[in-house]
Amino acid sequence: MGLRATDLTVGQQFETVVVDDLKRTQIVQYAGASGDFNPLHSDEVYAREIAGYPGVFAHGMLTMGMTARALTDLLGDGRLLRFGVRFTAQVWPGDTLTVRTTVDGVSDEDGVPVVELSVVTTNQDGTDVVSGYAAARLDA
Amino acid sequence: MAAERFPVEAGHVMTFARAVGDPNPIYADTEHAAASELGAVIAPPTFAIASAQFDPDYPLRPTPGQEWYGSGGGPGLTRDGAGGLHAEQHFIYHRPLRVGDVLSVHTRSGEPWEKSGRSGRLLFTEQITEFRDQDGELVVTMRSVGVQREAAS
Repeated sequence: MGLRATDLTVGQQFETVVVDDLKRTQIVQYAGASGDFNPLHSDEVYAREIAGYPGVFAHGMLTMGMTARALTDLLGDGRLLRFGVRFTAQVWPGDTLTVRTTVDGVSDEDGVPVVELSVVTTNQDGTDVVSGYAAARLDA
Repeated sequence: MAAERFPVEAGHVMTFARAVGDPNPIYADTEHAAASELGAVIAPPTFAIASAQFDPDYPLRPTPGQEWYGSGGGPGLTRDGAGGLHAEQHFIYHRPLRVGDVLSVHTRSGEPWEKSGRSGRLLFTEQITEFRDQDGELVVTMRSVGVQREAAS
Protein backbone atom coordinates (compact mmCIF):
# COMPACT_ATOMS: atom_id res chain seq x y z
CA MET A 1 0.00 0.00 0.00
CA GLY A 2 1.28 3.43 -0.85
CA LEU A 3 0.40 7.03 -0.23
CA ARG A 4 -2.29 9.03 -1.99
CA ALA A 5 -1.90 12.58 -3.26
CA THR A 6 -4.47 13.68 -0.66
CA ASP A 7 -2.13 12.43 2.11
CA LEU A 8 0.52 14.97 1.12
CA THR A 9 0.89 18.76 1.10
CA VAL A 10 3.68 20.78 -0.47
CA GLY A 11 6.29 21.68 2.12
CA GLN A 12 5.36 18.77 4.36
CA GLN A 13 8.44 17.23 6.00
CA PHE A 14 9.28 13.81 7.32
CA GLU A 15 12.24 12.84 9.49
CA THR A 16 13.75 9.41 10.06
CA VAL A 17 16.88 8.39 11.97
CA VAL A 18 18.39 5.68 9.76
CA VAL A 19 21.45 4.85 11.84
CA ASP A 20 22.40 5.61 15.44
CA ASP A 21 26.14 5.34 16.20
CA LEU A 22 27.28 3.75 12.93
CA LYS A 23 29.46 0.74 13.61
CA ARG A 24 32.53 -0.31 11.63
CA THR A 25 30.93 -3.73 11.42
CA GLN A 26 28.05 -2.30 9.38
CA ILE A 27 30.55 -0.74 6.96
CA VAL A 28 32.20 -4.17 6.63
CA GLN A 29 28.76 -5.74 6.05
CA TYR A 30 28.16 -3.21 3.28
CA ALA A 31 31.55 -3.95 1.70
CA GLY A 32 30.69 -7.64 1.62
CA ALA A 33 27.19 -7.19 0.23
CA SER A 34 28.01 -4.52 -2.34
CA GLY A 35 31.32 -6.00 -3.41
CA ASP A 36 33.13 -2.67 -2.92
CA PHE A 37 36.20 -3.70 -0.91
CA ASN A 38 38.04 -0.39 -1.26
CA PRO A 39 40.30 -0.54 1.85
CA LEU A 40 39.42 3.09 2.63
CA HIS A 41 36.19 1.68 4.06
CA SER A 42 37.34 -1.44 5.87
CA ASP A 43 41.08 -1.22 6.51
CA GLU A 44 41.89 1.20 9.36
CA VAL A 45 45.67 0.83 8.88
CA TYR A 46 45.47 1.62 5.15
CA ALA A 47 43.02 4.49 5.67
CA ARG A 48 45.31 6.20 8.21
CA GLU A 49 48.83 5.36 7.08
CA ILE A 50 48.50 5.25 3.30
CA ALA A 51 45.47 7.38 2.47
CA GLY A 52 45.98 9.94 5.26
CA TYR A 53 42.43 9.89 6.64
CA PRO A 54 41.66 9.81 10.38
CA GLY A 55 40.31 6.29 9.85
CA VAL A 56 37.86 4.31 7.77
CA PHE A 57 34.67 5.98 6.57
CA ALA A 58 31.43 4.67 5.12
CA HIS A 59 30.89 4.04 1.42
CA GLY A 60 28.81 6.87 -0.05
CA MET A 61 26.54 4.13 -1.34
CA LEU A 62 25.95 2.87 2.21
CA THR A 63 24.66 6.32 3.15
CA MET A 64 22.55 6.39 -0.01
CA GLY A 65 21.23 2.91 0.79
CA MET A 66 20.28 3.95 4.33
CA THR A 67 18.67 7.10 2.92
CA ALA A 68 16.66 4.93 0.51
CA ARG A 69 15.20 3.09 3.47
CA ALA A 70 13.66 6.32 4.79
CA LEU A 71 12.05 6.82 1.36
CA THR A 72 10.62 3.32 0.99
CA ASP A 73 9.35 3.37 4.61
CA LEU A 74 7.51 6.59 3.74
CA LEU A 75 6.38 5.83 0.20
CA GLY A 76 5.83 2.07 0.17
CA ASP A 77 7.65 -0.76 -1.55
CA GLY A 78 8.59 -0.70 -5.20
CA ARG A 79 7.21 2.79 -5.86
CA LEU A 80 10.32 4.84 -6.53
CA LEU A 81 10.67 6.25 -10.04
CA ARG A 82 13.81 8.33 -9.56
CA PHE A 83 16.34 8.78 -6.77
CA GLY A 84 19.59 10.72 -6.96
CA VAL A 85 22.05 12.28 -4.53
CA ARG A 86 25.24 14.25 -4.29
CA PHE A 87 27.70 13.12 -1.65
CA THR A 88 28.61 16.24 0.30
CA ALA A 89 30.52 15.03 3.36
CA GLN A 90 32.03 11.84 4.67
CA VAL A 91 30.23 9.57 7.13
CA TRP A 92 32.35 8.19 9.97
CA PRO A 93 31.96 5.37 12.46
CA GLY A 94 29.94 6.73 15.39
CA ASP A 95 27.78 8.99 13.21
CA THR A 96 24.03 9.21 13.68
CA LEU A 97 22.20 10.02 10.46
CA THR A 98 18.79 11.63 10.05
CA VAL A 99 16.99 11.73 6.70
CA ARG A 100 14.75 14.75 6.09
CA THR A 101 12.32 14.46 3.23
CA THR A 102 10.30 17.43 1.95
CA VAL A 103 7.34 17.27 -0.41
CA ASP A 104 8.12 19.57 -3.36
CA GLY A 105 5.01 18.81 -5.36
CA VAL A 106 2.56 16.30 -6.71
CA SER A 107 2.15 15.99 -10.45
CA ASP A 108 0.66 13.71 -13.03
CA GLU A 109 2.96 11.60 -15.22
CA ASP A 110 1.04 9.74 -17.93
CA GLY A 111 -2.06 9.59 -15.75
CA VAL A 112 -0.17 8.39 -12.66
CA PRO A 113 0.05 10.67 -9.60
CA VAL A 114 3.71 11.24 -8.72
CA VAL A 115 5.24 12.93 -5.68
CA GLU A 116 8.48 14.89 -6.05
CA LEU A 117 10.63 15.08 -2.93
CA SER A 118 13.83 16.74 -1.73
CA VAL A 119 15.99 14.51 0.41
CA VAL A 120 18.76 15.58 2.78
CA THR A 121 20.63 13.34 5.19
CA THR A 122 22.51 15.04 8.03
CA ASN A 123 24.84 13.84 10.75
CA GLN A 124 24.65 14.56 14.48
CA ASP A 125 26.45 17.91 13.98
CA GLY A 126 23.86 19.07 11.45
CA THR A 127 26.23 18.67 8.49
CA ASP A 128 24.61 17.44 5.28
CA VAL A 129 26.19 14.19 4.12
CA VAL A 130 24.00 13.57 1.10
CA SER A 131 21.43 15.76 -0.61
CA GLY A 132 19.23 14.94 -3.51
CA TYR A 133 15.78 14.21 -4.86
CA ALA A 134 13.32 11.41 -5.32
CA ALA A 135 10.08 10.81 -7.16
CA ALA A 136 7.58 8.07 -6.49
CA ARG A 137 4.30 6.76 -7.75
CA LEU A 138 1.27 7.42 -5.52
CA ASP A 139 -1.98 5.51 -5.30
CA ALA A 140 -4.67 7.00 -7.50
CA MET B 1 34.40 -3.14 -17.11
CA ALA B 2 31.00 -4.28 -16.02
CA ALA B 3 29.11 -7.43 -15.27
CA GLU B 4 27.60 -8.81 -18.43
CA ARG B 5 25.13 -10.96 -16.55
CA PHE B 6 23.73 -9.99 -13.16
CA PRO B 7 21.43 -12.58 -11.56
CA VAL B 8 19.32 -11.06 -8.76
CA GLU B 9 19.70 -13.72 -6.08
CA ALA B 10 17.72 -14.12 -2.83
CA GLY B 11 20.71 -14.41 -0.48
CA HIS B 12 22.44 -11.45 -2.08
CA VAL B 13 19.34 -9.26 -1.75
CA MET B 14 18.91 -10.33 1.88
CA THR B 15 22.51 -9.55 2.86
CA PHE B 16 22.39 -6.22 1.00
CA ALA B 17 19.19 -5.18 2.82
CA ARG B 18 20.81 -6.17 6.14
CA ALA B 19 23.91 -4.12 5.30
CA VAL B 20 21.89 -0.94 4.75
CA GLY B 21 20.00 -1.66 7.99
CA ASP B 22 16.64 -2.28 6.35
CA PRO B 23 14.55 -5.04 8.03
CA ASN B 24 11.65 -4.69 5.54
CA PRO B 25 10.37 -8.25 4.87
CA ILE B 26 9.75 -7.41 1.18
CA TYR B 27 13.52 -7.97 0.68
CA ALA B 28 13.74 -11.39 2.37
CA ASP B 29 10.44 -13.07 3.20
CA THR B 30 8.98 -15.03 0.29
CA GLU B 31 5.56 -15.57 1.89
CA HIS B 32 5.18 -11.93 2.90
CA ALA B 33 6.22 -10.83 -0.57
CA ALA B 34 3.86 -13.27 -2.31
CA ALA B 35 0.94 -11.81 -0.35
CA SER B 36 1.96 -8.18 -1.10
CA GLU B 37 0.86 -6.13 -4.10
CA LEU B 38 4.33 -6.76 -5.62
CA GLY B 39 3.87 -10.52 -5.45
CA ALA B 40 7.60 -11.28 -5.19
CA VAL B 41 10.71 -10.46 -3.20
CA ILE B 42 12.24 -7.28 -4.63
CA ALA B 43 15.63 -5.65 -4.17
CA PRO B 44 16.25 -2.38 -2.26
CA PRO B 45 16.52 0.81 -4.38
CA THR B 46 20.31 0.99 -4.53
CA PHE B 47 20.89 -2.74 -5.10
CA ALA B 48 21.92 -2.38 -8.76
CA ILE B 49 25.29 -1.04 -7.58
CA ALA B 50 26.02 -4.55 -6.22
CA SER B 51 26.30 -5.80 -9.81
CA ALA B 52 30.01 -5.18 -9.08
CA GLN B 53 29.96 -8.68 -7.55
CA PHE B 54 29.42 -10.09 -11.04
CA ASP B 55 32.01 -7.92 -12.78
CA PRO B 56 34.97 -10.25 -13.38
CA ASP B 57 37.40 -7.31 -13.54
CA TYR B 58 36.01 -5.16 -10.70
CA PRO B 59 39.11 -3.37 -9.37
CA LEU B 60 37.90 -2.86 -5.78
CA ARG B 61 38.04 -6.56 -4.91
CA PRO B 62 41.20 -8.57 -4.21
CA THR B 63 42.05 -11.18 -6.84
CA PRO B 64 44.06 -14.29 -5.87
CA GLY B 65 47.59 -14.15 -7.22
CA GLN B 66 47.46 -10.41 -7.84
CA GLU B 67 48.80 -7.65 -5.65
CA TRP B 68 46.20 -5.99 -3.42
CA TYR B 69 46.89 -2.50 -2.10
CA GLY B 70 45.33 -2.87 1.38
CA SER B 71 47.33 -3.52 4.54
CA GLY B 72 48.85 -6.88 5.44
CA GLY B 73 52.20 -7.12 7.17
CA GLY B 74 52.75 -3.54 6.00
CA PRO B 75 50.29 -0.66 5.78
CA GLY B 76 49.49 -1.13 2.09
CA LEU B 77 50.41 0.56 -1.17
CA THR B 78 49.69 3.89 -2.75
CA ARG B 79 47.79 3.14 -5.92
CA ASP B 80 48.11 4.98 -9.22
CA GLY B 81 44.97 6.92 -9.89
CA ALA B 82 43.74 6.52 -6.32
CA GLY B 83 42.15 9.39 -4.48
CA GLY B 84 39.00 9.61 -6.57
CA LEU B 85 35.74 9.91 -4.66
CA HIS B 86 32.12 9.22 -5.45
CA ALA B 87 30.46 12.59 -6.14
CA GLU B 88 26.94 11.74 -7.29
CA GLN B 89 24.71 8.75 -7.86
CA HIS B 90 21.39 8.69 -9.72
CA PHE B 91 18.85 5.94 -10.41
CA ILE B 92 15.88 5.81 -12.75
CA TYR B 93 13.54 2.91 -12.00
CA HIS B 94 11.40 1.44 -14.74
CA ARG B 95 10.23 -1.33 -12.40
CA PRO B 96 11.58 -2.88 -9.17
CA LEU B 97 14.29 -5.54 -9.44
CA ARG B 98 12.86 -8.93 -8.49
CA VAL B 99 14.64 -11.99 -7.15
CA GLY B 100 14.95 -14.29 -10.14
CA ASP B 101 15.63 -11.54 -12.64
CA VAL B 102 18.71 -12.14 -14.75
CA LEU B 103 19.90 -8.75 -15.91
CA SER B 104 22.26 -7.79 -18.66
CA VAL B 105 24.42 -4.79 -17.88
CA HIS B 106 25.79 -2.20 -20.29
CA THR B 107 28.00 0.64 -19.12
CA ARG B 108 29.20 3.61 -21.13
CA SER B 109 31.22 6.66 -20.16
CA GLY B 110 29.75 10.14 -20.45
CA GLU B 111 31.75 13.24 -21.36
CA PRO B 112 34.15 14.30 -18.57
CA TRP B 113 34.02 17.87 -17.22
CA GLU B 114 36.02 20.16 -14.93
CA LYS B 115 35.33 22.67 -12.20
CA SER B 116 37.63 25.04 -10.41
CA GLY B 117 37.44 24.36 -6.68
CA ARG B 118 38.97 26.26 -3.77
CA SER B 119 41.97 23.95 -3.70
CA GLY B 120 42.48 23.44 -7.42
CA ARG B 121 40.83 21.91 -10.40
CA LEU B 122 38.30 19.11 -9.97
CA LEU B 123 37.93 16.49 -12.68
CA PHE B 124 34.56 14.79 -13.01
CA THR B 125 33.82 11.58 -14.90
CA GLU B 126 30.52 9.80 -15.29
CA GLN B 127 29.35 6.33 -16.17
CA ILE B 128 25.87 5.45 -17.33
CA THR B 129 24.77 1.86 -16.78
CA GLU B 130 21.64 0.25 -18.18
CA PHE B 131 20.18 -2.90 -16.63
CA ARG B 132 17.88 -4.92 -18.90
CA ASP B 133 15.88 -7.94 -17.86
CA GLN B 134 15.60 -11.40 -19.43
CA ASP B 135 13.05 -9.99 -21.92
CA GLY B 136 15.34 -7.14 -22.98
CA GLU B 137 13.24 -4.54 -21.13
CA LEU B 138 15.05 -1.66 -19.46
CA VAL B 139 14.63 -2.02 -15.67
CA VAL B 140 17.08 0.43 -14.07
CA THR B 141 19.27 3.20 -15.44
CA MET B 142 22.12 4.23 -13.16
CA ARG B 143 24.45 7.22 -13.45
CA SER B 144 27.58 7.43 -11.30
CA VAL B 145 29.76 10.54 -11.09
CA GLY B 146 33.30 10.39 -9.75
CA VAL B 147 35.55 13.30 -8.86
CA GLN B 148 39.30 13.54 -8.67
CA ARG B 149 41.43 16.48 -7.60
CA GLU B 150 44.04 17.43 -10.17
CA ALA B 151 47.50 17.53 -8.64
CA ALA B 152 48.58 21.15 -8.10
CA SER B 153 51.28 22.09 -10.59
